[in-house]
Amino acid sequence: MNAAVILFPGSNRERDAARALEVSTGRKPKIVWHGDHDLPSGTDLVVLPGGFSYGDYLRCGAIAAHAPIMDAIRAHAARGGLVLGICNGFQILVESGLLPGVLMRNANLRFICKMQHLRIERADTAFTSQYLQGQIVKVAIAHGEGNYVADDETIRRIEAEGRVAFRYCDESGNLDGQANPNGSINNIAGIYSERFNVLGLMPHPENLIDPMMGGTDGCGLFESLALFNTPGHNAA
Amino acid sequence: MKARVTVTLKNGILDPQGKAIEGALRSQGLAGIDNVRQGKIFDIEISVGDKAAAEGLLREACEKLLANMVVEDYRVEIL
Repeated sequence: MNAAVILFPGSNRERDAARALEVSTGRKPKIVWHGDHDLPSGTDLVVLPGGFSYGDYLRCGAIAAHAPIMDAIRAHAARGGLVLGICNGFQILVESGLLPGVLMRNANLRFICKMQHLRIERADTAFTSQYLQGQIVKVAIAHGEGNYVADDETIRRIEAEGRVAFRYCDESGNLDGQANPNGSINNIAGIYSERFNVLGLMPHPENLIDPMMGGTDGCGLFESLALFNTPGHNAA
Repeated sequence: MKARVTVTLKNGILDPQGKAIEGALRSQGLAGIDNVRQGKIFDIEISVGDKAAAEGLLREACEKLLANMVVEDYRVEIL
């Protein structure tokens, strides 16, 4: 697994993502500057990390979505390469058109920074093979604009195609009431592209890989990625 | 040439900031405020030949970057 983590001006979780990948894959990811035009050859996975690219000016992720490196990422995704956008990275993916919908201001207008339970909606993708379907995990969320919105037709389509990756829930897996922190439609915390090779999510699994930091429920995602293209693990 | 681009949320898209501003205005005792929607204004200076070309350029700017067409509409005025 060769990973590249893209660094935008204002990214701030790139080292967390790189460390999570290094721990799980045993290989140090390349850090790639957003102004570059090419990904390192042999890149399997591109990670767009969390942070506040371009200070969240205009709309979160809107300016980063037009960075020079994005054309190479689009081409990588079109070839079936893996792309993971975390938090601001998810916002960049929707602004660039690699994933549908948009992330609006949280319904309560507040920046939310807390631990949050998620339900793993499917465990047959390159990102989630080391989880169980329906498993409840606890990870961190930290965002002001994570309220997932799309038109009715888009929501119907991604639900019908099973493209919701994670939903916000409570510790028992319930989706109602206080379980939804930011107002996202259908408690959506993360979605896949049509071919399940692009994943965007608001929560921060990369921050829950060490018991010292309050939990290890984020490990499953990186352990799944570490198995990409290894015999017997060619998940969707 | 000077132009003004206004970007607003589409009808039906929840605008929690607009709602908060609406509530704050009401709490000031300003009777008659029914609904507030917040948007963005961009004042842009451009150097192209004619008005039609300017409008075309700004529409392209809106659709490429200034507006997110999933949830926003835009309006272009040449001043």
